[in-house]
Amino acid sequence: MIRVEGLSVNYGAVRALRDVTFEAPTGQITAVLGANGAGKTTLLRTISGLVAPKAGSIFLDEKALVGVATENIARMGVAHVPEGRGVIEELTVEENLRLGAMASKVNLSEGLNEQYERFSALGERRKKLCSTLSGGERQMLAMSRALIAKPRVLLLDEPSLGLAPQITAQLMRVIRDLCENEHLTVILVEQNAKSALRIAHRAVVLHLGSAVASGDAAEVAANDDLRRYYLGVVVE
Amino acid sequence: MSTFLTSTFMHNVFGGLAQGVVYSLVALSLVIIWQSTHVLNFAQGAMAMFATYIGMTEIDRGIGYWWCVIISVAVGMALGGVTERVLIRPLYGKPEINPIVVMVGFLGIIEALAAAIWTSTTRNIAEPFSQIFYHANGKLVYLSPFIIFQIILAIAIMLAVAALFRFTRLGLQLRASAMAPEVSRLLGIRVSRMLTFGWMLSAGVGAIAAVITASATFGLFPTDMDGIFVAGFIAAAVGGLESPIGAVAGGLLIGLAEQFILSYWSPNVAPLGGIIILVVALMIRPQGLFTKTAGRRV
Repeated sequence: MIRVEGLSVNYGAVRALRDVTFEAPTGQITAVLGANGAGKTTLLRTISGLVAPKAGSIFLDEKALVGVATENIARMGVAHVPEGRGVIEELTVEENLRLGAMASKVNLSEGLNEQYERFSALGERRKKLCSTLSGGERQMLAMSRALIAKPRVLLLDEPSLGLAPQITAQLMRVIRDLCENEHLTVILVEQNAKSALRIAHRAVVLHLGSAVASGDAAEVAANDDLRRYYLGVVVE
Repeated sequence: MSTFLTSTFMHNVFGGLAQGVVYSLVALSLVIIWQSTHVLNFAQGAMAMFATYIGMTEIDRGIGYWWCVIISVAVGMALGGVTERVLIRPLYGKPEINPIVVMVGFLGIIEALAAAIWTSTTRNIAEPFSQIFYHANGKLVYLSPFIIFQIILAIAIMLAVAALFRFTRLGLQLRASAMAPEVSRLLGIRVSRMLTFGWMLSAGVGAIAAVITASATFGLFPTDMDGIFVAGFIAAAVGGLESPIGAVAGGLLIGLAEQFILSYWSPNVAPLGGIIILVVALMIRPQGLFTKTAGRRV
């Protein structure tokens, strides 16, 4: 479980997040929605310690995360798949996966086999440089590299950006399975509110750095005002 | 065969290789630092000299040659690590000129300090291998047991560094930290330790170059590594700054060019060898002879 309380972040004079409070329960997908510049990416970067907040706290279960170094937050089981995928292009598929497993105690060869079973396209390209992968394969690899360490929390930043709908659907099925079977906690940042609300259990709506709504995904999806004013969904 | 070995041409090849491996080591050490922190360490040669002087002081107390090598490398590594932590770390994210200015200043301080402690006269390590040249049919072959040792040692170091980067967990973490520091941290890799270790590794390799120089006939004096640094820097630049193989090849090329110019033209213009190679390389492939990507990404 991730709990965010009264979180405020400034970039110089710009307020990126103001007084954001919400909870991402264990074993559920919490969607963070909002337009460009609403503060979604900043929220994830603050949770993983890349950005220091001005005020507020973040808890992983009962452990405070603010002030802990990024690499230690990762070692505590928080995996962050950054926007733009973040695979290291100059390395091979397998080297990227080995890096993912490096800081955890998982058995490397078992972990690799499990990932290649889950994403067979990666197994076929294991010795290839990542610069030769397609966008969908890169997203698979980024996700796979996060999952190989058996994280407790997965932070996903715009995983569907630029992907074909079938690939997005395949990735989402994997995420859903992990939530249900292994109690993975997922925070999913998406601009595409419609598709995110379809798979999420809960949702938080950010607008200019403030949380304007949070609750069950179904409630948020049913709220016409939220959809019209903040999520850019045309209401018939 | 023996007339071939004793020919002027082969004299120059052997002499060029012997000097070239020293340049290659310096170039390799620069590439390691550049790859891991994108800093050009202008004090690399001076730091190596200082470490070797400490090793030589210990040899005066009666330790053997190999202990002197080990101490020099260990002191070099420690110096590299401390330099990164104290002088370079506060400058990350600042303009690229800042660490250059700091390291040029550091270079001056180290050389002055060495001259103050040990005087600026040349010092020599009594090496365990003979410097007497071989003979074939009564004629000189420009190879001595020491030169053979020097070339083999340099090659062994280069292979060890290459193997470390390519085949080990540590090497993978070092490469990843340099390529994508933020992503590496998100994967739990202790990037700041990797940066320090990159500097230690680099300074250790540099110290070997100074030890070899101090062991050769002409010995080592406090500003001796300046010229070697320039040649090593050109070698690294010719190779594209990111390629260890390019750095090694560049060093050998410059060593050979200097030797041939020295032999066929004049010793006074020998340092031109490096400059000529740099100009030609920049004209043919400005991004470096051994880089795969077109141009440096900013």
